[in-house]
Amino acid sequence: MLINSISNLGDSTLKKINGTGRFTLFLSLCFSKLLKWPFPLKDTIKQTLFIGARTLPVILVAGLFTGMVVALQFYDTLIRFGSVDLLGSAVALSLIRELGPVMTGLMVIARVGSATCAEIAIMRNEEQFDALDCMAIDNHHFVMLPRLIAALISVPLLTAIFDVVGISGGYIVGVVIQGVSEAAFQQGMAETIVWNDVLMGFTKSFLFGLVIIWIAMAKGFYLHLDPNAHGAEGVSKVTTEAVVTSAILMLLVDYIISAFLL
Amino acid sequence: MANANTNHKIASPAVIQVNNLNAHYGKVQILKNINLCLEQGNILVIMGGSGSGKSTLMKHLLALKKPSSGQVLIEGSDINKINAKALAKQRMRMGVAFQGGALLSSLTVGENIKLPLHHHHKLDAKTIDIMTRLKLDLMNLGGAEHLMPSQLSGGMLKRAGLARAVIQDPKLLFFDEPSAGLDPVTSVELDQLILKLRSAMSMSIVVVTHDLDSAFTIADKITILNEGEIIITGTVDEIKQCADERVQNLIHRKARNNQVDGDKFLKHLTTGMQ
Repeated sequence: MLINSISNLGDSTLKKINGTGRFTLFLSLCFSKLLKWPFPLKDTIKQTLFIGARTLPVILVAGLFTGMVVALQFYDTLIRFGSVDLLGSAVALSLIRELGPVMTGLMVIARVGSATCAEIAIMRNEEQFDALDCMAIDNHHFVMLPRLIAALISVPLLTAIFDVVGISGGYIVGVVIQGVSEAAFQQGMAETIVWNDVLMGFTKSFLFGLVIIWIAMAKGFYLHLDPNAHGAEGVSKVTTEAVVTSAILMLLVDYIISAFLL
Repeated sequence: MANANTNHKIASPAVIQVNNLNAHYGKVQILKNINLCLEQGNILVIMGGSGSGKSTLMKHLLALKKPSSGQVLIEGSDINKINAKALAKQRMRMGVAFQGGALLSSLTVGENIKLPLHHHHKLDAKTIDIMTRLKLDLMNLGGAEHLMPSQLSGGMLKRAGLARAVIQDPKLLFFDEPSAGLDPVTSVELDQLILKLRSAMSMSIVVVTHDLDSAFTIADKITILNEGEIIITGTVDEIKQCADERVQNLIHRKARNNQVDGDKFLKHLTTGMQ
């Protein structure tokens, strides 16, 4: 009984190490294709439209409401201390440093991460990767690289838009609805936000984009190596795993970056 | 300095030569000591029941899987020992038509067929268009160029997959389950197409199937697999005259010798329930 438990633990640890190594190799192979000619520009534009442009409506709505809720919460807290003039800086700081990248990341996971993972897992199920191999077409160059580059471009841009819309939502609640001074709101923001805050937000969003697309692509690509993932059920299983894993990994990266840059 | 390709080149008249191939999935042996040979311009049909290892064997012939031991020589080169560049070159001389077509779902039928030409040949767009239309017409798919794979029927998907497989005029063609899921008429049409490809383009062809009629129509040689082992390789007549019970069962569509006695089975089920 005890030996069995130890054996199972060892087996599962080895599988995790093996899986981590495989995923790392997958990512390094994707990056190594950056130097391969010709660069798949058409597919990269197509993927940038899918990841960036088509996620924009979700980002606009989520950004607006997030900014409004944050402003409402801060207003309720700050008014107790007689510091409502700090509302602008509080909303902007929390959005630029933290909520913008994290909320955008979660939206991208929900819309793009799940779709990408499912698409790649179905490609694996339908032998499309085998077909590409047999045509001597490099999977990592042709399928993965455009998605990777598109995510690295799109997620920081979406985050920037989320921040702007969120701050506007905060402005609507703070200045228009609650009657906070417009000058105080704007001045507070301008005086508090420094380059380091923007850099932190950008670094986070760039790394979140990387984590999201990496996990989604690799989970789908290695579907066939999971002995418990077959057919449609397998696609659903790896997609769920990709969403959960990328969300957790994203929050871990969030903490690490915050700890380093604060 | 000799490159990896020439290092593993062995003089052989056969297009495909498989020597003592063994393959495992975990601890289970899937292929046992497989020896095969396909000569230039011939059609080899690999047959067997479900789970006999025929699709796994084809994946080994395509270097999609690595064997535990043994050799797969394609035009004299051991495809498991040559480097990636040499393997890519070898694959450009091969065409593969997968069971479900395996067309990329994000591309139109035309874009799918053009894919190998765009990647491996410096041809102008007009030439690529003409070549694509030629192959589409050959497969009776004229007008389907702008359709998405999801808009095609099963038979059309297979023919589109075949059009992509032959777009580079390969000398060696692999075909996985050409008749699976097709009506008898479409199945016969595909058989005729395979024979036409062999005669018109002098291709060597490997077909994996469990369709007897199709196998007897197109094969120069048939290899029958059972539980990962080759039972027999021979011409259609040799296969028909083979005395092996497993071969006769397969040819005459007889059930395996494990018929169930209803009373005994009921007794087995109810044992211990009272």
